[in-house]
Amino acid sequence: MYPTIVLLPLVGFLVAGLFGRSIGVKASEYVTTGFLLVSMILSWIAFFSFGGETVRVSLLHWIQSGGVDLDWSLRIDRLTLVMLVVVTTVSALVHVYSIGYMHHDPHRPRFFAYLSFFTFSMLMLVTANNLVQMFFGWEGVGLASYLLIGFWYTRPSACAAAMKAFIVNRVGDFGFTLGIFGIFVLFGSVNFDTIFAGAAGMAAELGHAGEGATTAETVFTFAGTSFTAAGALTVICLLLFMGAMGKSAQIGLHTWLPDAMEGPTPVSALIHAATMVTAGVFMLARMSPLFELSPTALGFVTFIGGTTAIFAATVGLVQNDIKRVIAYSTCSQLGYMFVALGVGSYGAAIFHLFTHAFFKALLFLGAGAVIHAVSDEQDMRKMGGLRKHIPITYWMMIVGTLALTGFPLTSGYYSKDAIIESAFVSHNAFAMYGFVMTVVAALLTSFYSWRLIFMTFHGKPRASAEVMHHVHESPMVMLVPLGVLALGAIFAGLVFTGRFIGSGYEAFWNAALYTGPENEVLHEMHGIPFLIGILPFLMMLIGFAVAWFFYIRSPSTPRSLAERYPGLYRFLLNKWYFDELYDRVFVRPAKRLGRFLWKTGDGTVIDGLGPDGVSARVVDIAGRVIRLQSGYIYHYAFAMLIGVVLLVTWMTVAGAN
Amino acid sequence: MTDWPILSTVTFLPLIGALLILFIRDDNEQARQNIRTVALLATIFTFLLSLGIWLSFDESNPGFQMVEQMSWLGSGISYHMGVDGISMLFVILTTFLMPICILASRESIKTRVKEYMIAFLILETLVVGVFCALDIVLFYIFFEGGLIPMFLIIGVWGGKRRIYASYKFFIYTFLGSVLMLIAIMAMYWAAGTTSIPELLRFNFPASMQGWLWFAFLASFAVKMPMWPVHTWLPDAHVEAPTAGSVILAGILLKLGGYGMIRFSLPMFPLASADFAPLIYTLSVVAIIYTSLVALMQEDIKKLIAYSSVAHMGFVTMGIFAANVQGVQGAIFQMLSHGLVSGALFLCVGVVYDRMHTREIAAYGGLVSRMPVYAAVFMILTMANIGLPGTSGFIGEFLTLIGVYQANSWVAIFAALGMILSAAYALWLYRRVIFGALEKESLRSILDLSRREKILLYPLVVLVIFFGVYPMPIFNATAASVEAVVNSYSAAVQASQSVATVR
Repeated sequence: MYPTIVLLPLVGFLVAGLFGRSIGVKASEYVTTGFLLVSMILSWIAFFSFGGETVRVSLLHWIQSGGVDLDWSLRIDRLTLVMLVVVTTVSALVHVYSIGYMHHDPHRPRFFAYLSFFTFSMLMLVTANNLVQMFFGWEGVGLASYLLIGFWYTRPSACAAAMKAFIVNRVGDFGFTLGIFGIFVLFGSVNFDTIFAGAAGMAAELGHAGEGATTAETVFTFAGTSFTAAGALTVICLLLFMGAMGKSAQIGLHTWLPDAMEGPTPVSALIHAATMVTAGVFMLARMSPLFELSPTALGFVTFIGGTTAIFAATVGLVQNDIKRVIAYSTCSQLGYMFVALGVGSYGAAIFHLFTHAFFKALLFLGAGAVIHAVSDEQDMRKMGGLRKHIPITYWMMIVGTLALTGFPLTSGYYSKDAIIESAFVSHNAFAMYGFVMTVVAALLTSFYSWRLIFMTFHGKPRASAEVMHHVHESPMVMLVPLGVLALGAIFAGLVFTGRFIGSGYEAFWNAALYTGPENEVLHEMHGIPFLIGILPFLMMLIGFAVAWFFYIRSPSTPRSLAERYPGLYRFLLNKWYFDELYDRVFVRPAKRLGRFLWKTGDGTVIDGLGPDGVSARVVDIAGRVIRLQSGYIYHYAFAMLIGVVLLVTWMTVAGAN
Repeated sequence: MTDWPILSTVTFLPLIGALLILFIRDDNEQARQNIRTVALLATIFTFLLSLGIWLSFDESNPGFQMVEQMSWLGSGISYHMGVDGISMLFVILTTFLMPICILASRESIKTRVKEYMIAFLILETLVVGVFCALDIVLFYIFFEGGLIPMFLIIGVWGGKRRIYASYKFFIYTFLGSVLMLIAIMAMYWAAGTTSIPELLRFNFPASMQGWLWFAFLASFAVKMPMWPVHTWLPDAHVEAPTAGSVILAGILLKLGGYGMIRFSLPMFPLASADFAPLIYTLSVVAIIYTSLVALMQEDIKKLIAYSSVAHMGFVTMGIFAANVQGVQGAIFQMLSHGLVSGALFLCVGVVYDRMHTREIAAYGGLVSRMPVYAAVFMILTMANIGLPGTSGFIGEFLTLIGVYQANSWVAIFAALGMILSAAYALWLYRRVIFGALEKESLRSILDLSRREKILLYPLVVLVIFFGVYPMPIFNATAASVEAVVNSYSAAVQASQSVATVR
């Protein structure tokens, strides 16, 4: 069953990709979507019938070179199953939705092929039993993301965004691969079983004292520095985290995600909200046996997560493109997940990943329905007053927003509060920082989410009469997926809290997530003060109230605020100037250096001193020799005379000795 | 099978094809067609026959197999052929790429077809000979002989600046080989034999190893090419006809790496250990420097040529990491690069044949008219970047993991190449394939023809196959590579223990 779940999307991809032209558009859509639906059903069956013991399925021998010995294989444990369910469900719904959304596009076979290829890669990523196969999936989803962002390849902005996404991710992969090499050197293998066994051995060795008291024996050298076991783990974890930062768009390597909104909206929902961007979170959870041993790395993860949560939320406050607001919201929510990972609350991180997939996909697909309704307009300043015209979409978006802002009993309420609470009780060096950042970000989240709703659906229509005339509710094929996701957004928390982070934790996860013996975050979480417990709720209310005041009650306030603080406004609007900074520091110098090395390095120096220089000297000398052959008898006679004189002189001098 | 000299047959079969072509005297279209067919059949037949080498190859035997030996030239020099796990697959790669080259030249070469095909067939004999030769003099003859047909192919059938390019190619490679010849003579005087298996067993004194190693490096580094003796390659590629580029990138660049694994590492282990940091430095410089240069190229072929230099940096780095992953990764990288860069140059040939320009700026938006071409080019671009699932990944990954164990700094810098290769390759793809088709000249451009599909599809399939299931290559190379690495580390350890005793 497990190989079927993973391979069905691959078959769908091959059918639509290779034969899409011959079998036609409809057939491509039905084949890929049908396979995905089967895959989804099998995943849910697997999820509920899972016995608890980790299952390993070996498919094919892959690489064998000395100590490197790898298989293509599947590792099925609870963590994998959660991801399987999330990926196949969202993917199947997005496939269905796309049948309606992409209705006018002539390249649908290609689109569905890419979607299925993405799903296959993502499934390979989450079922990997070794780091290299995980890297295969990791790069595969990167490729799919690249292809889908650049799907409308005639737009220069889409091409640029696609390239940016791939290259920025490669920067993260630089760290990821070095981390894999480090693990190979440290544990002698890249297979999870060996790594985890080795990590367990190390944990015993390191004892309860943590990094401080260890044997000073060098086990590992990196970049010319020697490390003890604890230090080595920290280095490796930080390198792996660099990869996660790229894929999950954490601050510093986040710049590609907002631009990725150039892709079709279903792609944004599937790849850039629900699944691919959470791969970094999944990777850290998978590697929890390693991260749990390195408090330093966990501190750093918390710091980056908290910073991203607040940074992306502030930028989201002022964006006007409806998709970009949700994109920054995704970035910010991923920050929450990393805070949870950093404070050792892995269950909460995966739980938030799980619920976030539902409500964020819902918001994106809802936004797609809005964009669809207003003739492909994405600027919220040209929307407004759509509530009456597309009521179903409106209520779906409300559900998504409630879940995102953490309204009680919705799914986001359970998972987000769990993160904030575990940050509060954790002993991690940056836990308090993470707590403060996530609480403030909760306020900002509520504000920008309701701002989106109010600007889009309330007030007076700002679109042209022509556009308003065409506004229509989406077809059923798009609304049904919205409905399913809405159900998930409401009930996922209610149903699954107990298993993911509550009393059923042990039985549910069954060692798929590792927590150290001193890690009591999940237990302490239940003993927090009442005020802290309701703090996120208060934040949500304040955010809602402010948004209501700004965009319903007194719509002139935002403008006057922006005019009063133009510097701050521009700083946020330009996304803290990251793109400009990177362009100055990396892109332009790289180009300048490339040109210099080519023209001066290869041209002037190497060729100049090498072949060109040599041949120029040869030509030079030949030219002088030619000048000697003047054709005048007396020149030659004179030369001979000089020769004879020199010869005689030399003979007399040499003979004298 | 054991008595039948299969290696000599494979080596000299193309020459028989060349002889046949020599007898076709007419100079009309029919005759030219016959010449092309004879050349194609000769190379296909050679390829099929060479598969027999792989089939009868004993993978558990680390030594030389299918050995043939006859006395020749007196004074110990003999005609001595054989293959082991290191050389065998290069023979197959050569015979596999040759029919593709001949077929690729079917329509683009219109003048002096006879001489062209003969040059290619002779080249095949010489290159296969290099990989099979077990006598160092024989090796040298094949190694240097290969220069001449390649020189002619560039110089006669090349582009506008072909004379400059072919001389640059000749001067560079020839100067390097002169030093190697001197080293070979010195080795003969020291060891009293020219047989490679015996030389492999002979322990060269440490004092000699250093300069012998440098003499061989002079030749191999140019062939690789390593930075800073790489500048002949972009010019040679740009001027060479498409098939010339395929053979140059696909096979001739591998001679250097093969030589290093065959001679430098096992015969001069102490020098290899001493000078490994030098090689690391040059490799890392090559990877970063040429990737940056590739980023700025305006000519498609030049860009791919520079990317070849960067990829060869991974090979040299892996070889002198001198562990199983490094050396096996280097061999894999060379084989994979043979397929990938060969196919990429064919792709350039496809659009060059249509538009007669290699300027990147002259293209854009090809995907609208050429979807199949765009898909093939995409897969190859990803293989060039080293995406897992393509053969490009395996070699890069293994050489990196190999060198990481030897020196992590090298791996860190070399891994930067991963980022840069994505940048230049995607930038190329975007400018050529993506975008709106706005140029008037491209409006009627046609997608791949049947012949072009026959050329490219097998390469694409193999690139993916060996990315997903590379085991056939590992199985074939494992025993011999382990033997080389073990003898290397034994020699290095022995010298270290001597040093400590003193």
